[in-house]
Amino acid sequence: MYRYDEFDHEFVKARVAEFADQVERRLAGEITEDQFKPLRLMNGVYLQLHAYMLRVAIPYGTLNSRQLRMLAHIARKYDKGYGHFTTRQNIQYNWPALADVPAILADLASVEMHSIQTSGNCIRNVTADHFSGAAADEVADPRPYAEILRQWSSVHPEFSYLPRKFKIAVTGAERDRAAIKTHDIGLHLKRNEAGELGFAVYVGGGQGRTPMVAKKIRDFLPEADLLSYATAILRVYNLHGRRDNKFKARIKILVHETGAEELTRQVEAEWKSLRDGELKLPEADVRAIAAYFAPPLLPARPEGDEQVKLARLDSRSFSEWLDQNVTTHKNPDYAAVTISLKGIGETPGDASAEQMEAVADIAEKYGFDELRVSHEQNLVLPHVARADLKAVHDALAEIGLATANSGLITDIIACPGLDYCALANARSIPVAQEISQRFASLERQRDIGELKLKISGCINACGHHHVGHIGILGVEKKGTELYQVTLGGSADENTTIGEIVGRGFGPEEITDAIETVVETYLRVRRDSSERFIDTYRRLGAAPFKEALYGSEAKAA
Amino acid sequence: MKVLTANRLVDGEAVWFSAAHRWSETIEGSEIAADKAAEEHLEAIARAATDNNEVVDAALIDVQVVDGGIRPLRLREQIRAAGPTNRVDHGKQARPPVSQAA
Repeated sequence: MYRYDEFDHEFVKARVAEFADQVERRLAGEITEDQFKPLRLMNGVYLQLHAYMLRVAIPYGTLNSRQLRMLAHIARKYDKGYGHFTTRQNIQYNWPALADVPAILADLASVEMHSIQTSGNCIRNVTADHFSGAAADEVADPRPYAEILRQWSSVHPEFSYLPRKFKIAVTGAERDRAAIKTHDIGLHLKRNEAGELGFAVYVGGGQGRTPMVAKKIRDFLPEADLLSYATAILRVYNLHGRRDNKFKARIKILVHETGAEELTRQVEAEWKSLRDGELKLPEADVRAIAAYFAPPLLPARPEGDEQVKLARLDSRSFSEWLDQNVTTHKNPDYAAVTISLKGIGETPGDASAEQMEAVADIAEKYGFDELRVSHEQNLVLPHVARADLKAVHDALAEIGLATANSGLITDIIACPGLDYCALANARSIPVAQEISQRFASLERQRDIGELKLKISGCINACGHHHVGHIGILGVEKKGTELYQVTLGGSADENTTIGEIVGRGFGPEEITDAIETVVETYLRVRRDSSERFIDTYRRLGAAPFKEALYGSEAKAA
Repeated sequence: MKVLTANRLVDGEAVWFSAAHRWSETIEGSEIAADKAAEEHLEAIARAATDNNEVVDAALIDVQVVDGGIRPLRLREQIRAAGPTNRVDHGKQARPPVSQAA
């Protein structure tokens, strides 16, 4: 993985010193909250309901065991012994004291981590496919480009005060696991007919109160032109994006109001003057960055097949976990393992310091010291020999992290919601917990099959409800929580925005409503190979409306 | 009826302004404003505490008195006063029942 060079070390160190000074001056009363707030946000420090919250960047979701151990150390020393992995492949601490944040940042810097640009109207942490470098179906590892974008966008003078925040995601496979079409810029790394690497470029995706699927504005951008083209897009956005209305300030609104065709014309015109300038990526530099991401040397372990076969016969829980949480690797002797942070009835994305340390040990012992955080709020061991899968499973089971539910209905994305978040209108986590408990039976979950359930506690949609096969949006109505259900969303290569199915449900009703939707699907699907989303696309909302609202639906 | 709440600057802890005229870590014993004049008095305290950098995000919130205890009307404030509902081992609810003054 990428290692800081001297410049990176100095840069992060200087930033820690700068923020330590700002905190000191704030605590001494030398600067006001109005002056301090934008400074703390630039360093990932929010004020939530119960305490401050610190968001730490995990660039493109990639970690090593030393870094994960430091995250555990911070959880234990400065927080309440746990951390919360987020839908942006980051980690958040819910309880740090402001006075401790400089020390936390210094600890992070010691393992090449920081919280720079995890908030504010700048280019945020660039996210990537969590199976990058391991996936059997990828053309090339997209993370070198995410790293190039990270270096370019860090304290970029022109793009530090954009109209609004700006998110970029990169995938290297046709099958999109990075939800690129829900980002401000989505990049799909691919090869052209000549075998050269480049990107399909999508612009203007986003969720929030105005969900939009990104539009493709270029089918093939040569890799050398990545930064000049990104600059052109950001320039057009910086110039024309709305600053008068926060709710209309994202690039998705600009794309929508300008039209994709006209916006493309503007971007291409801007790019003309940039493409042969200093932003052209030198081939040697791209390869040098890519070398950091070279996969570990994976020794042949052909005994894996036989061992997995035997272990499968021996252990039902291993067999189920293998079916659900183990993904094909580009090397047939290896596999990528999803560590579910969605234990039945647990808070999605939470991991205790002890669990983080145990996972770090497992990564070191069996996973070539590599870890990933997925935007679905799970952890991933990208390179595990199939021969070691049983040992990894058993070690995970010991710490309660062998839940075999990856991609199933209990693998729920949920934002922190009203239990923590100052912006939320309703709780998300308890809804996730209750649904998880209702569908606790793995047999039932497996019968239901792939089902992406996503919950947000407000219209900002951090819980990605718009793109859930089943989405739940919590709102406040007359002082109480109300949950709207959307159906038919997806965040893959066929990204769609879900449709609101009808009137909302109270907190006591929402789990029953979800069960009704699921039971309806089971009744009307063609057979068990037709996934929920396929059934919805075939039949539309009608059978679900009928089941949820009965005669009410007919009258409407 | 309203009480004054904020987050303490140094650590973000949710605090309420108490009848004993100091910032308390629990809502019990808060100074209750029952009329406009009392609300204005609390607002003045909020401004002063903000100006001298004791607290941030100070605000008056609606409450009612239930069985002798102060209960915020909005769920958001109920959760602030108790702690997250998914982790009853965290927040004010995890503390011993005796009121702990700041």
